[in-house]
Amino acid sequence: MSFTSHIRPTLVTLGLFTVLFGGVYPLTVTAISGTAFADKAQGSLIREGDTVIGSRLIGQNFTKPEYLWGRLSATAETPYNAGASSGSNYGVNNPALHEAATARKTALGVEGPVPVDLITASGSGLDPHISPAAAEIQVPRIAATRAVPAATVRAAIDAATEGPTLGIFGEARVNVLEVNLRLDGKFK
Amino acid sequence: MMLGVTASGWLQLGFYMCVLTALAVPLGGYIARVLSGERTVLSPVLAPVERAFLNLSQSRPNEDMTWKQYATAVITFSLGGFLLLFGLLLSQGFMPLNPQRLPGLTPDLAFNTAVSFVTNTNWQSYGGETTLSYFSQMVGLTVQNFVSAAVGIAVLAVLMRSLSRRSTSKLGNFWTDLVRINLYMLLPLALIVAVVLGSQGVIQTFSAYITAQTLEGGSQTLALGPVASQEAIKMLGTNGGGFFNTNSAHPFENPTPFSNFVELISILLIPAALCFTFGKMVGDKRQGIAIFAAMTLVFVPMTVACIALEQSGNPHLIAAGADSATNMEGKETRFGIANSALWATATTAASNGSVNSMHDSFTPLGGMIPMILMKFGEVIYGGAGSGLYGMLVFVVLTVFIAGLMVGRTPEYLGKKIGGYEIKMASIAVLLPCALVLICSAVAVLSPLGQAGIYNPGAQGFSEVLYAFTSAANNNGSAFAGLGANNPFYNSLLGLCMLFGRFFVLLPVLAIAGSLAVKQSVPVSAGTLPTHTPLFVAILIGVIVLVGVLTYAPALALGPVIEHLTMIKG
Repeated sequence: MSFTSHIRPTLVTLGLFTVLFGGVYPLTVTAISGTAFADKAQGSLIREGDTVIGSRLIGQNFTKPEYLWGRLSATAETPYNAGASSGSNYGVNNPALHEAATARKTALGVEGPVPVDLITASGSGLDPHISPAAAEIQVPRIAATRAVPAATVRAAIDAATEGPTLGIFGEARVNVLEVNLRLDGKFK
Repeated sequence: MMLGVTASGWLQLGFYMCVLTALAVPLGGYIARVLSGERTVLSPVLAPVERAFLNLSQSRPNEDMTWKQYATAVITFSLGGFLLLFGLLLSQGFMPLNPQRLPGLTPDLAFNTAVSFVTNTNWQSYGGETTLSYFSQMVGLTVQNFVSAAVGIAVLAVLMRSLSRRSTSKLGNFWTDLVRINLYMLLPLALIVAVVLGSQGVIQTFSAYITAQTLEGGSQTLALGPVASQEAIKMLGTNGGGFFNTNSAHPFENPTPFSNFVELISILLIPAALCFTFGKMVGDKRQGIAIFAAMTLVFVPMTVACIALEQSGNPHLIAAGADSATNMEGKETRFGIANSALWATATTAASNGSVNSMHDSFTPLGGMIPMILMKFGEVIYGGAGSGLYGMLVFVVLTVFIAGLMVGRTPEYLGKKIGGYEIKMASIAVLLPCALVLICSAVAVLSPLGQAGIYNPGAQGFSEVLYAFTSAANNNGSAFAGLGANNPFYNSLLGLCMLFGRFFVLLPVLAIAGSLAVKQSVPVSAGTLPTHTPLFVAILIGVIVLVGVLTYAPALALGPVIEHLTMIKG
């Protein structure tokens, strides 16, 4: 069996694997996902009428005082650019890390320390969640700006809070976009 | 809190190890049947497909190959796969399923990416959603995700046969192995995982990117694609190349803690299962258990340390106004510290290389742990197939060293270990080390290499060291600040991946060829048992010693200095 005797099997198997794994397999998954989880397969999109206003899984940039704010985002061009996901990649001693964190702390305008997830950037730059503590600390600002009772804001946050899945996996978290949709009365 | 790890951290790690082991044992038995050519439960469906593959390719499936014939087949097939993928990436602009009209890749990036996927490294110089069309991802990358993993497992099968067969040069047929591994093993597993991920919200669509009108009145581009099908095999095949730039940190690749758990299991499942396959194929289950134990005994303490270090975090964050130093920079809220650190160690213990958090932003010592796991040569579970064959090389070395210590002829599973095996084992162990150190030195000394460095200070050196460690050991993860998408890094890292793959794989096949022709030596009082806790301890010692002695100076210059800078404040 020389080198040349391997050429035909190489070409044929590569061709067949390309058809199988590059075509049949992904299309089968598409068919199953599209049938069983149609909404999720398309990106868990949120619509207002015919307009897509976001995805339940992807965070949005919030800077207005009446909205709950999410993690910092280091994506290119604009924060929460879901066309070019990216983390900050700052090392622990990078001065830029310190600058971004202190700028966020100042913008939050709260006395005393804040939950660490509020002043750090997420890995994807698209993190849809913050910790419940990070949401709680923003309640007074949101309530004051909107001139609603703090309880109203807390109710929206509670409704958008999940514990660790099955009590084991992951962390408790608040979906920021969902809270803001609820506050705006747009949540369906 | 024990050792700085929260109760939930311990619980998640413990649960993970239990589920992993519980799945790996039966899967290992199944894989042994696949590799032995036996009928499996899937044969009624897949046997006709298998026959079609083998008949059409005229590969004479029943003719066993010598190690050299097998090696030639592996190289021909890998070369063919490389050329196909390289051409496809270059001509991306002319291909269908490209709603964003992304152009063809530059030659250096196409070279790097094609090598990366054919060598089962899956280093990401490409940016995912900003670089690759759906066609390139699906028809190009997904296919190599399957077959490159299968090649690794096939080579392992040869090494296992060389230990169980006596006085023969015949070690199996590459084409039969390749087809069976892909059809009976990888395809059904990938289908199951892809559907489970779909249930969690991993997307699977061919729609063009969508522009959403955000609540604050801006617009947001949502990159989409057929992700679930690729994600499943990306995890199972120890590939790790992300559909998106931020890999499994991206919510469309990994939306929930449960999807994270499934992906985490998929990282180590096949490498762990192959230990049990090994025990079955050599006819002594204790041998497989001993190797699994050695891997686990390195993995668990490293993971605990990584969780604790990330939990204790970065004091600069407190100075900036945080209520704790917990290092959440580059991590996702839904995963938190435990799942991010567990992923970082699992993905580098295996040669997976996917990430769900940004390793460049880890604490210096927390980020050193993934680096060390790669520097061990990707044998702590390791890549699909390549992990265990790398580990068996270390076993050969250990038997040899232990034999020297007690003055007996080294043997493993009845096969005498001679000078030839030790020479080949030394090449397999030392060549990746040399690649890492020499190429890192070249990069930090050259202006082109320095230009890619992102973080200031010692972390910049760590970025370069991490990159070459990852490439030469075929891992694929990165300290992603490093700007590596340029001709300098694309070429040098590409060559590291090639040499790191084939100059381990070929010596392993050579060892197999040499062992297979040997007679079996009966067990005597002088035989060193290789399934005992003592042997496991010596094996771990050899792995750690080689890693530490080789890399301690480099690690001192990178992570250690960065750590001292951090605590100085």
